[in-house]
Amino acid sequence: MKIVVCVKQVPDTAAKVVVEDGQVTWGDAPLVINPWDEYAVETALLQEEAHGGEVTAISVGGEDAKEALKHALAMGCSNAILVSDPSLKNADSLVTSQVLAAAIQKLGDVDVVFFGKQAIDGDVGVTAAQTARILGWPSLTLVSAISELDPGTRTISVERSVEEGRQVVSGELPAVVSVVKDIGEPRYPSFMGIRKASRAEIPLWNLAELEVEVSGPVVEWPELSNPPKQEVVTEIISGASSQEIAETLAEKIIEEKVL
Amino acid sequence: MDFALTDEHRMVQHMVKEFAQKEVTPIIKEYDRKQEMAPFVLPRMAELGILGISIPVRYGGQGMDYIALGLACEELEAVDTTLRVVMSVHFGLNSLALLQWGTEAQKEKFLVPQARGEKIACFGLTESGAGSDVAAITSTAVRSGNKYLVNGEKMWISLATKADHALIVARTNPNEPDPHDGLTAFIVEMDREGVTSGDIHGKLGIRAGSTGWIAFQDVEIPLENRLGEEGEGFKIAMSCLDNGRYTVAAGATGLIRASLESSLNYAQERRAFGREIGKFQLVQQKIAHMVKSYESAKLLYLRAGWMKNQGKRNTRETSLAKWFATDASFEAASEALQIHGAYGYSDEYDVERYLRNAKGAIIYEGTSEIHQLMQAGYALEYREDAPLRCELPAYDVESWQIET
Ligand SMILES: Cc1cc2nc3c(=O)[nH]c(=O)nc-3n(C[C@H](O)[C@H](O)[C@H](O)COP(=O)(O)OP(=O)(O)OC[C@H]3O[C@@H](n4cnc5c(N)ncnc54)[C@H](O)[C@@H]3O)c2cc1C
Ligand SMILES: Cc1cc2nc3c(=O)[nH]c(=O)nc-3n(C[C@H](O)[C@H](O)[C@H](O)COP(=O)(O)OP(=O)(O)OC[C@H]3O[C@@H](n4cnc5c(N)ncnc54)[C@H](O)[C@@H]3O)c2cc1C
Repeated sequence: MKIVVCVKQVPDTAAKVVVEDGQVTWGDAPLVINPWDEYAVETALLQEEAHGGEVTAISVGGEDAKEALKHALAMGCSNAILVSDPSLKNADSLVTSQVLAAAIQKLGDVDVVFFGKQAIDGDVGVTAAQTARILGWPSLTLVSAISELDPGTRTISVERSVEEGRQVVSGELPAVVSVVKDIGEPRYPSFMGIRKASRAEIPLWNLAELEVEVSGPVVEWPELSNPPKQEVVTEIISGASSQEIAETLAEKIIEEKVL
Repeated sequence: MDFALTDEHRMVQHMVKEFAQKEVTPIIKEYDRKQEMAPFVLPRMAELGILGISIPVRYGGQGMDYIALGLACEELEAVDTTLRVVMSVHFGLNSLALLQWGTEAQKEKFLVPQARGEKIACFGLTESGAGSDVAAITSTAVRSGNKYLVNGEKMWISLATKADHALIVARTNPNEPDPHDGLTAFIVEMDREGVTSGDIHGKLGIRAGSTGWIAFQDVEIPLENRLGEEGEGFKIAMSCLDNGRYTVAAGATGLIRASLESSLNYAQERRAFGREIGKFQLVQQKIAHMVKSYESAKLLYLRAGWMKNQGKRNTRETSLAKWFATDASFEAASEALQIHGAYGYSDEYDVERYLRNAKGAIIYEGTSEIHQLMQAGYALEYREDAPLRCELPAYDVESWQIET
């Protein structure tokens, strides 16, 4: 099987993200592979282990996105490709999807593409679906389990985690899948993987090589502002019995119209 | 001068940190209270390859450099000192000694399974009457033909009851005019007849670790288990300490960082006199000291690691790194506890454990007093390091990472 996993380099979850002069910044906080993408890599590797083949990690980004790719290699991916182009500087998720779709097509004969459900920087969460749409492949988003994937019959059957519960969906390969946490804890990079990753020369593709014309970004962020500071008041409810405390709490909740 | 870590270093750092934080942080208090080592710790460190981190791949290790070893120790001790102690004894004091002094046959037989984590190793130098004064060792090894008969007892041995192999030092020649010259090093399989061991309880710190004693009663050791030559035991032991102390220095740096991080969180959360306590200059002073200690300790251990990578003798630099970092970690933990006020005094927070754990490292692998004697000795030129018959191999990425 030819498996692709799309990964993004994002600021660490511990980074303090603030707005300065109308722009989002996280200072010089360390960058890491998008945590959701680690689940996608894990899923891709499990499928490779089950069906054979290889996993290629692709990232659209600057030079520092190589780190996310190296992380994917260290976890066990066979190959990595960085798509980078000066014209992608202000890319929104639609542009990114166009580029990813072109890269997947250039690779050729891809059976399945995995994404994390969203990236923790923009938290947009539509790149997987958009990429599927551009490729014209089924889009299986928010997947919490892969019940069946059969490269022979070219079918895939998954469980989606939706607000109402679990939804069982089947589709045909090739398909695009985005995964949520329930899919299974990602493995740590292994030392063997680290050795491989640190020696890897990651090929760089630009838009000319991809022979793709991308639209300009449809989303712009002309100005951003911090959300207003919320005054939080804490109150400790005391009472003679848990019954009494619960009653007071219930009254407060109704009073505040929380429920 | 290049201060940048490589991608490889950062990946190792990240991986070890994930392991320690995800798997050990949630259970450490429970095992610290129980005074037991969590049963999964050694098998998991083995499985992840951490137990063989800076051993060439051809000897079952992971082929990382000595800086990666230091970074791993820093991450481990930032969660709990007992994790780093495993690296100090299994890896620093024992496995690296086999890499440095072992014959090819000894490397195959003992180092390969240790690097793979299939066998756990410890280091037995101290006795009830011989701590700082190593030459006072009274354990004996008497040769007859191709065997030695070993008798004696080692005290305060980390992993004594967990280890499969012990590197010990015993007296082979009681008649040497200088008692240092009568010592010899041996590798002892812990399942040999006549070897017994037990744990020591009631320690101040390192409670989720294992510290114990090993007794030898007429234990037969074949000649091929002798490490180095007869009479070379003291030199070997001191070279082991050059490696063990490096892991202690790097680990103590992690403990300073953990104390600093807890303090930063608490100082920005806790309010007194109408503001967060971080706004008080006296609290800021404590934090400033921790920052200074952390950055200095880090530079000192990285220099020692760099020297090891280059194959340069680093007894002096490693001793300085170990002395500085361990004293500073005790101070940092103590001040972190102070910043936490009464809450720091209870095990609701981690800082009291940091303080208890920090004290041990000021005692083992050379007490702070011994390191002060060494540093003054070098400065006054009373002391210099003669070349060793076998030096610790320099790091060479090509030959260390050849996949077998
Ligand atoms: C938790 C723990 C784990 C340990 N693990 C191991 C292990 O795995 N393997 C092992 O072999 N040992 C181990 N040890 C033992 C450790 O290395 C010794 O405790 C250490 O070397 C000090 O020896 P001692 O305790 O006998 O103290 P002593 O040597 O008796 O020293 C007592 C005091 O006298 C001071 N002193 C001694 N000589 C001088 C001098 N010349 N000048 C000034 N002051 C001096 C010391 O600094 C110290 O303050 C461990 C100890 C602990 C606490
Ligand atoms: C074992 C034990 C027994 C106790 N017994 C009693 C008892 O019997 N009765 C009782 O009433 N209390 C008792 N206490 C509570 C004790 O008096 C308080 O812990 C102490 O007053 C400190 O308060 P805190 O812990 O809230 O720390 P905080 O006041 O929150 O202080 C936290 C840190 O901020 C520093 N800080 C605070 N304000 C300033 C400032 N203006 N400038 C610079 N630094 C500042 C503190 O020095 C400390 O380092 C006990 C505490 C312990 C640990």
